[in-house]
Amino acid sequence: MNLVFSWDWLPRLSQGLLLTLELTALSMALGAVLGLVLAVLRVYGRGPLYPAYLLASGYVHLFRGTPLLVQLMTIYFGLPTVGVRFSPFVAGILALTLNTAAYQAEYFRGAIQSVRAGQMQAALALGLSRLQAIRYVVLPQALRLVIPPWSNELIYMVKGSAVVYLIGVAELMGQAKTIAARTFRNFEVYIVVALFYLALIFVLTLLLRWAERRTHVPGLGMPGRV
Amino acid sequence: MLLRVEDLHKRYGKEEVLKGVSFSLDKGETKVIIGPSGTGKSTLLRCINRLTEPDRGRIWLEDVEITSPKVNINRIRAQIGFVFQDFNLFTHLTALDNVRLGLIRVKRMSKKEATARAMEELARVGLADKANAYPAELSGGQQQRVSIARALAMEPKLILFDEPTSALDPELIGEVLAVMEDLAQSGMTMLVVTHEMGFARTVADEIIFMEKGVIVEQGPPEQLFRNPKHPRTAEFLRRITDLYGGER
Ligand SMILES: Nc1ncnc2c1ncn2[C@@H]1O[C@H](COP(=O)(O)OP(=O)(O)OP(=O)(O)O)[C@@H](O)[C@H]1O
Ligand SMILES: [Mg+2]
Repeated sequence: MNLVFSWDWLPRLSQGLLLTLELTALSMALGAVLGLVLAVLRVYGRGPLYPAYLLASGYVHLFRGTPLLVQLMTIYFGLPTVGVRFSPFVAGILALTLNTAAYQAEYFRGAIQSVRAGQMQAALALGLSRLQAIRYVVLPQALRLVIPPWSNELIYMVKGSAVVYLIGVAELMGQAKTIAARTFRNFEVYIVVALFYLALIFVLTLLLRWAERRTHVPGLGMPGRV
Repeated sequence: MLLRVEDLHKRYGKEEVLKGVSFSLDKGETKVIIGPSGTGKSTLLRCINRLTEPDRGRIWLEDVEITSPKVNINRIRAQIGFVFQDFNLFTHLTALDNVRLGLIRVKRMSKKEATARAMEELARVGLADKANAYPAELSGGQQQRVSIARALAMEPKLILFDEPTSALDPELIGEVLAVMEDLAQSGMTMLVVTHEMGFARTVADEIIFMEKGVIVEQGPPEQLFRNPKHPRTAEFLRRITDLYGGER
C-alpha cells in the first residue's frame, strides 16, 4: 500500500478546524447559558414558577429524546416550509445549541442537586433572597462540580458538530469530504482529519483539567485528586 | 418583649409536630429548650425564621409580626441569627468570606467595611488566624465558631442555636460552649436547643421542656432541675443525665 499525504490539504483543513472550533465554542457557550436557566427552573421551579418548570422539563425531554440529526434537518430543511429560513451556519449553531443545552441542563441539574441542602438553608437564614442564595452559594459550588461531566459534553460536541457538514457547512469534516472527493485519497485524508480531532480534544481536555485545578477548593468535588 | 410565639402549630402529613406552642423571650435573655428526639424542637426554631412555614399561630419580633404574609421575610431573617447542628458553612468560601457574604449581599456594606467587621467577629470567636482557611480545613469546633461569627456579624437581635454541639467530638464541645457563654453574658438574646445540661443549668435564664409538640414545663434552671413540677420532666432529666453524664 502506498500512502500519499500532501501539504496542499493544510489550508482547507485548518479552515475547517477553525470553523469546527467556532461551532463548538459558540454552541457550547450559548448552550451553557440556556442549560443553566433550564436546570435552575427544573430544580427550583415551584409555586408560581411551576409552568416554567414544566416547560423546561418538556424541553429537556424533547431534545434528549430525539437525534441531533433529526433536529438539524428539521431546522434547516423543515422550517423553510413554514417560512423560517436560516443560513447553513446559523442553522448549524442553532441545532447544536438547542441540543447541547438539554444535555448541559441535566449535568447542571445533577450538580445543583449534589450541593447539600444545608447550604441553601444557611444562605436563606442569613437574609439572602432565594435568587441570591442560588447565585452566591449554590451555583459557585455546582459549577465547580459540573466541570468533569461538562468536559465530556464538550468532547462529544467537538465530534458531534461534524453533522453540520450535511447541510453544507465547511467545517473540518466538510473540508475533508471536499479534499477526498478531489484527490481520491480517502484513507489518508480521513487519517489526517482524525488526528486533527484527536489533537483538538487533547488540548481541550488539558485546558479543562487546568480549569478544574484552578477552581478547586478543599472539601468540594475531586475526591482523592489534587 | 423581643420575641413572642403564640399558639404555633405545624403538621407534616398526618403527624402533628407542633401542637400549639407559646412562649416569649425578653431582650438579653437566654432560654434553653430541652426535650426528647422528634419532639419538634428543630421545627420550632425553623418556624421562628420561617425556614419552615408554620400552619397556624403567630410570631412577633419586637413589634413586627413575622408570620404576616406582608412581611419581607429576608429582612427579618437578617435580624435573626441561626446556628445549625452541622454548621452549614459555605463550602466554597474561606472563613472570612463566609462571615462577609451576608454583610456584602444583605447589608450592602463595602468590601472594606465588611472585611473589618468580619475580622472583628472572627477575633471574637478566637479564629482571626484562620480567616483564609476553607471549612474543610477547620475542625468541627472551629467550623461552628466561624458559623457563630457569621451569625454575629449581622448584628442580629436574636440568635437561634439548634443543637450547636451535637455534631462535635467531645473534646471540641467546650470551645463552642465557651463562646456561647460569653455571648450570653454580653447580653445577646439567645434561644438554644441543646442536650448540654451543664450549659443549660449555668447559662440559661429559663429552661423550656418540650415533649411531643407541646411545652410541658418551663422555669428557671434551679427550679426545673431541683424539683420539676411534671413527672415527664423528671423522667426526661433522669434519662438525659444517665446518657450525657449531667454536669460538664
Ligand atoms: N421536612 C419534614 N418532613 C416531614 N417530617 C418532618 C420534617 N421535618 C421534621 N419532621 C418530623 O417532625 C418531627 C419533629 O422533628 P424535629 O426535627 O423538629 O424534632 P427535634 O425535637 O428537633 O428532634 P431531634 O432532637 O432529633 O433533633 C419528627 O418526627 C420528624 O420526623
Ligand atoms: Mg432537632
